[in-house]
Amino acid sequence: MPAVVVENIVKKYKTKKSEITALGGISFEVEKGEIFGIIGPDGAGKTSLFRILTTLLMADSGIALVDDFDVVKDYKKIRSRVGYMPGRFSLYQDLSVSENLEFFATIFGTTIEKNYSLIKEIYQQLEPFKTRRAGQLSGGMKQKLALCCALIHKPSVLFLDEPTTGVDAVSRKEFWEMLHRLKTQGITILVSTAYMDEAGLCDRVALIQKGAILSVNTPRGIIDEYKKPLWGIRAAEMYRLMKDIQQDPAVETCYSFGQFHHVTFKDDENGKAHLENVVQRGNYNEAEIHSIQPDIEDCFMALMKD
Amino acid sequence: MNTEKVITASQLTKRFGNFTAVDHISFDVYRGEIFGFLGANGAGKTTAMRMLCGLSLPSSGAATVAGFDVFRQNEMIKKNIGYMSQKFSLYEDLTIRENIRFYAGIYGLTDEKIKEKTDQLLKQLQLEGQEKNLARSLPLGWKQKLAFSIAIVHDPAIVFLDEPTGGVDPITRREFWNLIYEASSRGITIFVTTHYMDEAEYCNRVSIMVDGKIEALDSPLQLMKQHEAQSMDEVFLHLARKATRTGD
Repeated sequence: MPAVVVENIVKKYKTKKSEITALGGISFEVEKGEIFGIIGPDGAGKTSLFRILTTLLMADSGIALVDDFDVVKDYKKIRSRVGYMPGRFSLYQDLSVSENLEFFATIFGTTIEKNYSLIKEIYQQLEPFKTRRAGQLSGGMKQKLALCCALIHKPSVLFLDEPTTGVDAVSRKEFWEMLHRLKTQGITILVSTAYMDEAGLCDRVALIQKGAILSVNTPRGIIDEYKKPLWGIRAAEMYRLMKDIQQDPAVETCYSFGQFHHVTFKDDENGKAHLENVVQRGNYNEAEIHSIQPDIEDCFMALMKD
Repeated sequence: MNTEKVITASQLTKRFGNFTAVDHISFDVYRGEIFGFLGANGAGKTTAMRMLCGLSLPSSGAATVAGFDVFRQNEMIKKNIGYMSQKFSLYEDLTIRENIRFYAGIYGLTDEKIKEKTDQLLKQLQLEGQEKNLARSLPLGWKQKLAFSIAIVHDPAIVFLDEPTGGVDPITRREFWNLIYEASSRGITIFVTTHYMDEAEYCNRVSIMVDGKIEALDSPLQLMKQHEAQSMDEVFLHLARKATRTGD
């Protein structure tokens, strides 16, 4: 039995003038004990999906099960067994760190002591600030407290909505290390992010865009699905180089990836020769051309265009 | 590389009581350069940037921005820079045209110039026909592209971008960076902070702040070589993990 089943979920928001499709009939399953990433930009439908799965929002149609319970009929059962960390900090700003934790433990009919082992490692970092009001904590500390509060009743499924947005690279790394330790406790984790590079830290991911799923696979599997030869090119003048490459009619896509531009061609043959021509014609210095492996962003962009 | 300096900072320092937020930083930024300014939360980036924007007086040291002194000519600095952050950039309840007019007006462009700039900008961003829509109706990526274009509507010497591109899809993010490249090719200096380490790789040079000091400054390629790293992410983690300060 999968931990989460999503079948043809549709959610639309209607205003006077227009109708926005947040989720256009999406389906996927999450296995028990997986770290499953929902990866997509703002507006893709990630938060709507999480709110539906945590029973805070009704879908227009479709079925969703969490731990085999229906999100509509059995919403009360689901609420007591899942943990949810919303994207926006939603703890009580005017309660202290320990009061917030105490509050959530009580609401779920448990005590801090009972499941302390689960949060110990995270909570120890908060302990020096135990009497501080939550509203006065730094961003990283707020995030850790919110995670503790979402874990205090030992949920079977944990929903984390963009936990690493606006967090610096060091804190992001630490946060992912925490998730991997929670996974070893048998907790299923659904985590959403707009950072494509975090896909590689999940067991499996769903790439999502404009309310539709582009692909569900392991990070490796997503990359293996990318079939076109991909070229990386750099030179001293990157912006001029990009414009020159884009003008070559044989080029299908050319995207900047920092130090390199990534290029695909309409015809898979002779890519390198085309690029060497561009370099020669434009008299570029320090030019380098390599055949390269795609990363998740390459795959995401290719799927967006399909 | 152009050798005309648009920012010079020498031993620039800011103390709040006993706390030294920015600790004797020195660096130069050149005309048309895309300069990445990185650091963990709490490293002192925002404080340093506020000094360079003329919003906060340094405790000691020296700095010039666009040729103006940060101690004595901060009002002139404000007139000659652009600024954009993801948190705040456009007025959501003004239309696209009104937003352009508002910012261009603030920077003292003439009515004639504002009209010319508005037409040019709407065309460049393919927003013709939408100018009467409220800014809030634009998708995030379009907002960011518009906000950037408005931030340089007065052709400033330098534009400060404070975490400009979080949360947008990868294609739109690249369109945004193409606007940055284009501005840089016209000689506008770009000073950008970001949490995306892969984005740091778009910069000509990158500085990394740790505990108020600049711990590294070089091209991304050189930094990766020096730290024997495959990505800027690794370089950053290598340096930033030494930090003793915590939090924001």
